[in-house]
Amino acid sequence: MSSMPTIKSREIKIVQDIPISKTLKFWEGLKEGKVYATKCKKCGKVYFPPSADCPECLSSEMDWIELSSEAEIETFTHVVVRPTTFQQYKPYTVAIGKLKEGVRVLAWLTGFKLSQISVGMKVKLVAKISPEGYATYEFVPP
Amino acid sequence: MRKVAVIGVGNSKFGNRSDVNVAELAFEAVKPSLEDAGISAKNVEFVAIGTAGAGAWYEELLPAVVAAEYCGLTKAGLMRCEAACASSSAAFQAAYSTIASGQADIAMALGVEKMREIDTPTAMEWIGRAGYYLWEFHNFGLTFPAYYALHATAHMAKFGTTEEDLALVAVKNHKYGSMNPIAHLQNRITVDDVLSSMVIASPLKLFDCCPMTDGSAAVILASEEKVKELGIDTPVWVAGIGYSSGTANLSKRLDYVGLEASVQAAQMAYKMAGIAPSQVDFAEFHDCFTIAEIMAYEDLGFCPKGEGAKLIREGQTEIGGKIPVNMDGGLKAKGHPIGTTGCSMIYEVTKQLREEAVERGRQVPLKNYIGLAHNVGGTGHYCYVTILRR
Repeated sequence: MSSMPTIKSREIKIVQDIPISKTLKFWEGLKEGKVYATKCKKCGKVYFPPSADCPECLSSEMDWIELSSEAEIETFTHVVVRPTTFQQYKPYTVAIGKLKEGVRVLAWLTGFKLSQISVGMKVKLVAKISPEGYATYEFVPP
Repeated sequence: MRKVAVIGVGNSKFGNRSDVNVAELAFEAVKPSLEDAGISAKNVEFVAIGTAGAGAWYEELLPAVVAAEYCGLTKAGLMRCEAACASSSAAFQAAYSTIASGQADIAMALGVEKMREIDTPTAMEWIGRAGYYLWEFHNFGLTFPAYYALHATAHMAKFGTTEEDLALVAVKNHKYGSMNPIAHLQNRITVDDVLSSMVIASPLKLFDCCPMTDGSAAVILASEEKVKELGIDTPVWVAGIGYSSGTANLSKRLDYVGLEASVQAAQMAYKMAGIAPSQVDFAEFHDCFTIAEIMAYEDLGFCPKGEGAKLIREGQTEIGGKIPVNMDGGLKAKGHPIGTTGCSMIYEVTKQLREEAVERGRQVPLKNYIGLAHNVGGTGHYCYVTILRR
């Protein structure tokens, strides 16, 4: 790491258990091919990523709604230099798409050559289980 | 609220500083700041330290106590501030408030960061996680360059900004960085160098990105009474401070062509200082990536929205132009030790306003003796704007 004299710190491995009990329907939904958002029963505001609580009206009474799959790309980037835990992947494209429900979704965009992608293009949002078993979602050609 | 002045500044050499640990690096800024103010560490009543990577890219989890002990500041009121890349602007705000409120007469803001003790992919990992890990990193591996690349794509699509325009920002900042002995990167580069460098996250290439830098900077603030008592000959007054924040999820932003937090923080700072952007003589803008400087021109009111590229094309942000920007080389060439950058900007603005010790060729002409520092944390997750006046 360094040409100067150094000593190594003691090594630790960090893996956190992230609670998902309040958004379990979302994570289960991905396995069934559905992408859910939440909608506040009191004020009607729609949340994606799904939120168990509504900071607008402080209600915790939420409905689960399935998002439509049609999205329009607002921006994108092709990530070439990848972080440690993404080294095993080929360079990937991340995009932000706007759905007709008014919410935006950030996800990978697959199935296109980079030169085919442009701001304003129509794509489809789909749920997916990654080869490693992660429940996720991505944009694909409509 | 009491008037508050900057009375002492110090800045370490920026770069790959594997010759020092975090405490030793802090000392390199604290010592010259105390000497500059003509006080000892015992006179400092309150210390706020800005640093972002404690326990992640360097080993100490409580860097404030470690640095304070090493620099003789123990017993002062002490805190660590985290506002990502704006951490030491947050520390500056805390130190300022302590004095303005009357709780202390002398306070210090200190920024220190050691980013080079881990390998580059791991550094990319930590900084990529510095947004909303659960929703934007866990499944999608969004890196810090990628966050700004999303803005570059949107700005280019909406306003016709080009990759050449972005490159001009890097060329300018390397030019001034080459004249700054504390800068990390001191090489001059061309537009072709930028365009032919490797793609990091399209459309951003290696030379569109700031380096991973180690460095420290310290600022000593004092009340008006203390300024008189100490006989400070060129106090630099804090004329305005503004702050704001943005959503953790980029997907919750309304657009990707600017940073709303910058707009709001700037308006607050201009109002407090009672000035318009046109009265600012020069500025430090947060240029972690080239697109960030172009968005800052617009967000801070130095040109209409969408015309930032025109400003750089016309050379308006060089010495002799409408508003010289980043005459120290900016984050792009001077380097961006994340938690240090805010105090390092204050260091540069103070030195410029005092017209002292600034190397030939990069001293800005002063008309109103007003300088501005714009420091963004994350991708508009935090923003601080500080206006100083001599």
